Amino acid sequence: MIDTAIHTGSAASAVALRSATVRVGGRPILSDVSLTIGQGEFVAVLGPNGAGKSTLMKAILGLVPLAGGSIDVLGRSPRQARAQIGYLPQRQAFDAATRVRGVDLVTLGLDGSRWGVPLPITARARRRRREERARVDEVIELVGAGAYGNRAIGELSGGEQQRLLIAAALVRRPRLLILDEPLDSLDLPNQASVAGLIRRIATTENVAVLLVAHDVNPLATYLDRVVYLARGRALCGEVEEVITARTLTDLYGTPVEVLRTSDGRLVVVGQPEAPHHHGHRHG
Amino acid sequence: MIPSLSPNPVTDVQRLFTYPFMINALAAGTIVAILGGVVGWYVVLRRQAFASHTLSVMAFPGATGAALAGLPTALGYYVACTAAALAIGRAGRTRGAATRAQTGESAVIGTVQTVGLAAGFLFLSLNHSILGGPETLLFGTFLGITNGQLLALLLVALAALGVLAVLARPLLFSSIDREVARAGGVPVALLDALFLVVLGLAIAATSQLTGALLVFALLVAPAAAAQQITLRPLAGLLLSVALALLTIWLALAIAYYSIYPVGFYVTTIGFAVYVLARVTRRIRTR
Repeated sequence: MIDTAIHTGSAASAVALRSATVRVGGRPILSDVSLTIGQGEFVAVLGPNGAGKSTLMKAILGLVPLAGGSIDVLGRSPRQARAQIGYLPQRQAFDAATRVRGVDLVTLGLDGSRWGVPLPITARARRRRREERARVDEVIELVGAGAYGNRAIGELSGGEQQRLLIAAALVRRPRLLILDEPLDSLDLPNQASVAGLIRRIATTENVAVLLVAHDVNPLATYLDRVVYLARGRALCGEVEEVITARTLTDLYGTPVEVLRTSDGRLVVVGQPEAPHHHGHRHG
Repeated sequence: MIPSLSPNPVTDVQRLFTYPFMINALAAGTIVAILGGVVGWYVVLRRQAFASHTLSVMAFPGATGAALAGLPTALGYYVACTAAALAIGRAGRTRGAATRAQTGESAVIGTVQTVGLAAGFLFLSLNHSILGGPETLLFGTFLGITNGQLLALLLVALAALGVLAVLARPLLFSSIDREVARAGGVPVALLDALFLVVLGLAIAATSQLTGALLVFALLVAPAAAAQQITLRPLAGLLLSVALALLTIWLALAIAYYSIYPVGFYVTTIGFAVYVLARVTRRIRTR
């Protein structure tokens, strides 16, 4: 059943939006969006450029204010829940001049917001340090980066960097992982393997994953549900339910076709890119 | 006037410690190298070499302005470098910018730098009697570091290193991965501003020895060399300090037995250390 209506937003949900509205510079980016993501669910956030995918992620992180409605993250406000959210922003790759190891990046995910210099002088501090090192090694193994965690991150391939960044986002045992276009800069085999990795993490670590993507195809077999954004509105449901000609035509307000290729890939035809942002300078 | 080398290198080294001016220079050099090695490591990581260069150029109008106003030149160094750091930090601050490159920082820096140089030139023209002329201010001297200056250096270095010790990890985090750090609650804009002030203080301290234009030799070269050699943060910081100490001690020793300014030797040794580090890395990765 596809709906944009209010789900029962209990404390058991990872993310619950109720009629959330976000305006940026007075312009509505998200209007009256309601959706619920369950614990341990792997959900892709899809939609054309400028549909508000990144804005939705920032609202869930508490980085942009709401103009209306509410957002609950793990039963609390986004800011209160921040320590339990792992976030990987949309980004450029590290260039070759970045002289830091992957291990250091992952360690900063754990202790990078602590002030002062760690001095392992008490037995408790030494034990804590040992535990933290073990945790760093554990997540690096989990993402399969053990072979290159000690190399300079700038010298690694895009896929290798992405795995280490995911490890850094996971190291604090978050219960919600927000990944903004993590597959964007990867080649097709890497897209598939990183998507598979994220599916495995969602299940084994029981962490809900919201993944912003351009293309549903490398993800389709791994996802629990998709959120489709267009014109400031959102549809949430299973891939086969949401990505159909009927629902997308309704969402966009213009005729859209969905084709299925012989190898099972979905192609959306006629979707207007950034329908109401270009050409309007009066905002 | 220039002492000549004896056949016994031990006596030569002992002679370095004979005169109070030389002891002050060595002490000042040691303080400045420790501070510059640590601050410089962050500068290289944050790719703020251009900002550092501008702050060091500001030492020139600072010193000439202070001389014109009849104030101690050291005070001029500290005030000008810190004020320029605040100006760059404030003007470069753009809400929500994902990287420092997006803040338009470099355009601001370039503008501040030109104004600073021009002001220094004006102050110099207005007052020709300042210590040792413009060469000293621009290219450094190790002569005449007073006990008062030395004490000020020590206090400034302790304060700057104290601040850096508190900021250490969040500053590292925001230098490597700004967006993730911000999302994790690290106040990245505040860290940008605080680091610029610490950088301004370090540069004011260093430029009293190396001159305004040659600060890089102690601030950037050892740190850049250290980052070529090791990827580990703590090892890199310690190596950066060690290389800076090596650079300044060697430079002071050579300058004592030579007629050329210390800034030249600091720069040449710094450059050599950097080249050696690059060559070492290339050989190791082959």
